[in-house]
Amino acid sequence: MAGLHWLPEAQDWRPRLAAFAAEPAWNGAVALANLRLDFVRTNALDATVRARLGTSPPTGWATRPVRLAVLGSATLAHLHAGIRVGGLRRGIHIETYENEYGQYWQEIGDPASPLHDFKPTTALLALDGHHLAAGVTAAMAPEDAARALDEVVARVVACWHGLRQAFGCHIVQQLPLPVHPTLLGENEQRLAGSRAAFLSRVTGELRARADAEGVDLLALDRHAALDGLDAWHDGGMWHRAKQEVALAATPLYGDLVGRLIAAKQGRSFKALVLDLDNTLWGGVIGDDGPEGLVLGQGSALGEAFSAFQDYARELSRRGVILAVCSKNDEAPALEPFDKHPEMVLRRADIACFVANWSDKAQNIRAIAEALNIGLDALVFVDDNPFERALVRQELPMVAVPEISDDPTTYPRVLADAGYFEALAVTDDDRARSTQYQANRARDALKETATDLPSYLRSLEMKLIWRRFDPVGLQRTVQLINKTNQFNLTTRRYTDDDVAAIMRDPRAFGLQLRLLDRFGDNGIIAILIGRMTAADDLLIDTWLMSCRVLGRQVEPTSLNLIAAEALRLGARRLIGEYLPTKKNGMVKDHYQRLGFVPLDADGSGATRSVLDLGAFVPRETFIDVTEG
Amino acid sequence: MSEAAFYPALTEIFREVFMRDVALRPDLTARDVPGWDSFKQIEIIVALEERYGIKFHTRELDALGSVGDLARTLAQKTTA
Repeated sequence: MAGLHWLPEAQDWRPRLAAFAAEPAWNGAVALANLRLDFVRTNALDATVRARLGTSPPTGWATRPVRLAVLGSATLAHLHAGIRVGGLRRGIHIETYENEYGQYWQEIGDPASPLHDFKPTTALLALDGHHLAAGVTAAMAPEDAARALDEVVARVVACWHGLRQAFGCHIVQQLPLPVHPTLLGENEQRLAGSRAAFLSRVTGELRARADAEGVDLLALDRHAALDGLDAWHDGGMWHRAKQEVALAATPLYGDLVGRLIAAKQGRSFKALVLDLDNTLWGGVIGDDGPEGLVLGQGSALGEAFSAFQDYARELSRRGVILAVCSKNDEAPALEPFDKHPEMVLRRADIACFVANWSDKAQNIRAIAEALNIGLDALVFVDDNPFERALVRQELPMVAVPEISDDPTTYPRVLADAGYFEALAVTDDDRARSTQYQANRARDALKETATDLPSYLRSLEMKLIWRRFDPVGLQRTVQLINKTNQFNLTTRRYTDDDVAAIMRDPRAFGLQLRLLDRFGDNGIIAILIGRMTAADDLLIDTWLMSCRVLGRQVEPTSLNLIAAEALRLGARRLIGEYLPTKKNGMVKDHYQRLGFVPLDADGSGATRSVLDLGAFVPRETFIDVTEG
Repeated sequence: MSEAAFYPALTEIFREVFMRDVALRPDLTARDVPGWDSFKQIEIIVALEERYGIKFHTRELDALGSVGDLARTLAQKTTA
């Protein structure tokens, strides 16, 4: 779907356009451009704006007007309206030009050409895939195809140089849609003279060269992958009218150009303002309490909310400021950020936290003031249509995406809308999230670490243990019932069973959370112990997530069990292994930890014992705290 | 749907594409409507494709001569 799905529907379109035509004003044009317009309405708005307000830029806008030359060798006429409206949407006036059909190369090089009269401030080199692969054929020898590739890339780069020399302008290079059918299929790259393979090589080369040359990309290949080629290219209309970009996709195409131009002017949005209830988590914190929230592992909905939080956190790590705007009392609204084990976002991730009962428009104004940025730099995400409509009406300069009630879609909506389009990651962006600066990919670190102990040490692991509690109950029960591999006894328990353990003075239940320098791994182990009549501590349940195997969580867990056992007055630990089809990996678990075999039965179940009198806590690289 | 049933929707689409009211009748052709060039023709076609979730075939587009042809083709494609 190559449309503007994040914008609100254009209700009452005809009367609104008529009202604008009767009393034309630039802010009215910007408001209409911020509706979900298809190509017909985009064309109509563009034509009305030009008829009523003229083709000169308005005065008094903070943005710089842009003179955009669209250069290419196929039909370009259908792209102008979408581009101009895409600019308007961001308060940027764009005047457009296109070269005489097919004459982009000649016009760049000819100082007497109309392109030179136009004097572009931005050039969009919209070369189509058919043009870039022209002359390439499966009959070509590999060396000829390689030469052709060099020539095509050199010609495009020569265009960049020519444009830069003539106009010193911002250059945007369109990466082509993959319009060619394959000849081999999945392994198309093995045919040197395949146009599909050739175009994909051209695209790869241009990507690399653009970075080196300071040219920005309009990556249509990426959009074809996102939306499907058919959403972007209509083979029939290519043959009929040489339109490479399908008419129906032109509003989005224009928006992509508009956001690149806005980013170049530093006009991308800067902050993401988030509602809480049913936006960042499922449920209402004031009614449901922290333990009632749908968040994190345990349900698809909870995982979707976590994934959205994770996307927001990733945005913040590349420089987008996060803020919260919620109708709640402040203390309960903050509590999950500080205490809920499944929260991805933490209080430190939020630059400005506003939870009260004032209206949201007023609060968003306060947030802009506190962050010292313009209202037109804010994106506000709220699942409640009422709040969205209110903010749109009161603060039309704030971007308020349309979202459904399914959090699964939220990251894609924000990505598709391109609010935070950025052409580079600046030093400012990095400084904004200094607390994460040291973070590198765990795997990358693994490669550079010379030996396991130094790797483990470098992880700066922190294990936080806590007795079973209502907030973690859901996750505890879930782990107990789904962990099959690293699970010594595979005993399954209900909420009530777990609650009984909480109450039992002769038993303990621990939930273990592991953090490291890369972040929070969540609850990764569950330990349950019960005192026997003979004053031994029986390890009823010991299970662990396989994600944290090999990180010394096992000996650390043993230390915790031993401490709890001593607290309850035990002299020995009894470890049981009950074999299942899936838990063979822990068959020798207790032996590895220094337990001595006690007895076994015919089914392969074993019991092992560890004398606590001689027990010395194991040394690990994990820092252990209760919390 | 019958051919006649498509005229309200066609009228609406012509109004949006040409930004004025166009009185449609079956024998109306591009020659009769100022501004109805090959680009406007494509806009009308794609707008109809989007509205009805259909795709016109190249032969069908080549055979279109009048508004009546358009309505007839729509009727065939949406009932098929």
